[in-house]
Amino acid sequence: MEDKQSYWSENLRLIFICLAIWFVVSFGFGLLLVEPLNEIRLGGYKLGFWFAQQGSIYTFVGLIFWYGKKMNALDKKYNVEDV
Amino acid sequence: MDELKLYTWIAVGGTFALYFFIAWWARAGSTSEFYAAGGGITPLQNGMAIGADWMSAASFISMAGLIAFLGYGGSVFLMGWTGGYVLLALCLAPYMRKHGKFTVPEFIGDRYYSKTARIVAVVCLIIASLTYIIGQMKGVGVAFSMFLEVEYDMGLYIGMAVVFVYATLGGMKGITYTQIAQYCVLITAYTIPAVFISLQLTGNPIPQLGLGSTLADGSGVYLLDKLDQVVAELGFKEYTTSTLGDVEMFAYTLSLMIGTAGLPHVIMRFFTVPSVKAARQSAGYALVFIALLYTVAPAVGAMARFNLMNTIEPAAGQNLEYSERPQWFKDWEKTGLLKFEDKNGDGKIKYTADKEVNEMVKVDRDIMVLANPAIANLPNWVIALVAAGGLAAALSTAAGLLLAISSAISHDLMKGVLIPGMDEKTELRSSRIVMTISVCVAGYLGLNPPGFAAGTVALAFGLAASSIFPVLMMGIFSKKMNSKAAIAGMCSGIGVTMLYVFQHKGIMFIPGTSFLGGMEPNWFFGISPNAFGSVGAFVNFSVAFIVLKATAPAPSHIQELVNNFRTPHGEVASTHSH
Repeated sequence: MEDKQSYWSENLRLIFICLAIWFVVSFGFGLLLVEPLNEIRLGGYKLGFWFAQQGSIYTFVGLIFWYGKKMNALDKKYNVEDV
Repeated sequence: MDELKLYTWIAVGGTFALYFFIAWWARAGSTSEFYAAGGGITPLQNGMAIGADWMSAASFISMAGLIAFLGYGGSVFLMGWTGGYVLLALCLAPYMRKHGKFTVPEFIGDRYYSKTARIVAVVCLIIASLTYIIGQMKGVGVAFSMFLEVEYDMGLYIGMAVVFVYATLGGMKGITYTQIAQYCVLITAYTIPAVFISLQLTGNPIPQLGLGSTLADGSGVYLLDKLDQVVAELGFKEYTTSTLGDVEMFAYTLSLMIGTAGLPHVIMRFFTVPSVKAARQSAGYALVFIALLYTVAPAVGAMARFNLMNTIEPAAGQNLEYSERPQWFKDWEKTGLLKFEDKNGDGKIKYTADKEVNEMVKVDRDIMVLANPAIANLPNWVIALVAAGGLAAALSTAAGLLLAISSAISHDLMKGVLIPGMDEKTELRSSRIVMTISVCVAGYLGLNPPGFAAGTVALAFGLAASSIFPVLMMGIFSKKMNSKAAIAGMCSGIGVTMLYVFQHKGIMFIPGTSFLGGMEPNWFFGISPNAFGSVGAFVNFSVAFIVLKATAPAPSHIQELVNNFRTPHGEVASTHSH
């Protein structure tokens, strides 16, 4: 029971980290901070514009796989893998 | 018959034959196969199927066009329609898969130990899915009428017949395998023209990089800088900075994200994989397959806008003679989606932001993707491929939605509430009958679209965002959340969203009945009805937690149930067969 509790709180911590990054790249860099970031260039892209139309999507993909990998390790650690 | 039409018939006919073959090969034999493909789909297959299920006519046809004209403002669709997958993969899919049921309302009914909650969820699901499906049926009709010069109605009947065959025959199993094929068709059809156009304009074959490259004309100027300059000279807002307004963009993006995570036809797909691990993985694969289109779309949009501007005004002040307009211009004029009016009578085409002197009186946004290959002078077989791709996108989404609706009715309403003792054979037969009726209703709505059809897809997201997403989140992350609170939350969330939409767009969208008017000054904090789902979701959460304070928390066996689906290991709650 205690094991299950700490498994869940470690999971929540991972979710929190991922969602923080999720928020920062999209709502943060893509929307709220778009103007200052647009001062920086990435080739022909203004950086804020790039985050809004490209960068946030790549980050989302990376986040899901990273979370999946972390959770597989966590499942193993607590011995709760499904069969 | 000209060459283009011949190629188009071959592309469309060939892909349809393929879908039929797959449907016959993967027909469903049990309710488990019909609702959840027997739980035996691999994460990679499921990811591809989700991609097709998810990317509708709106993604394929409309989105790049919207981006072309909104510029930076179009980012709401790009972030909104992909960001939801992070929520799905982290917060919903693994736990709902562990619980192991067939439908979303069934999960809600179990978690909130209440038939009422289940019925309310069914109603929310049907409202959101039906709103969504109208757009797909329209897409099918439009694609047929444009590419094959078949009547709109006839095109719709053909589309209905195709969906009917493979959806009723195969259920989730047939739909899954067909969607895998449809994904391949649609992504090829989307990418090939984009690669060609990127190569022509920038010399870089990868559209994602081409968009950030310099033009191939030797000027050394970046494509986006040139585009900013061209549109600004004509009085339009600068492409890379034109915004919809801060609050609106924030609310719109959020609404699309949580709507994505709350749309039942997408969530259902996670019930088809064999394990919790596979559910997490397939969300990742799904987003990879979706991102392949979504990162190309901004390039398609910007380049289409660039080509359009360049065709009409090759150099500043040198406008195109109307009599010398290219063939694609004439073709789209015939459909009425492109209109020219020679206001100053000089025989030249003038396209500016100033409505008084602008002579391109209509440039429909939806034509950008479809006309793009022709504007860039690509070969006819590419244009034929785009037609097949657009149909694949519309049909695959329609099938997924139909399955969500029919399973909610046959599994949740009929078996779950009305006739609990129904045996499997009868349930399978009744779900096929319900599916048939759903196809007819969808077809009818496609033939007689309510006046609001254009904006319906975004509304469907708002409805899902304000009703289904919050109760699922609370059901998983708050053990104490009880049935009364959840029901109150769902009703008030979807209620307030529908009220807002109705008061600005008319009751049941009938023009003239909107009591506050569609006027922007009356919008709540400047949030448009399309973006209001995020406010609805907030209301849903707030009402639920207030009601929870005043009522007893969920009983202990329910809290135990939540504990159970929070860990991947152990018994599943149901008789989910593998």
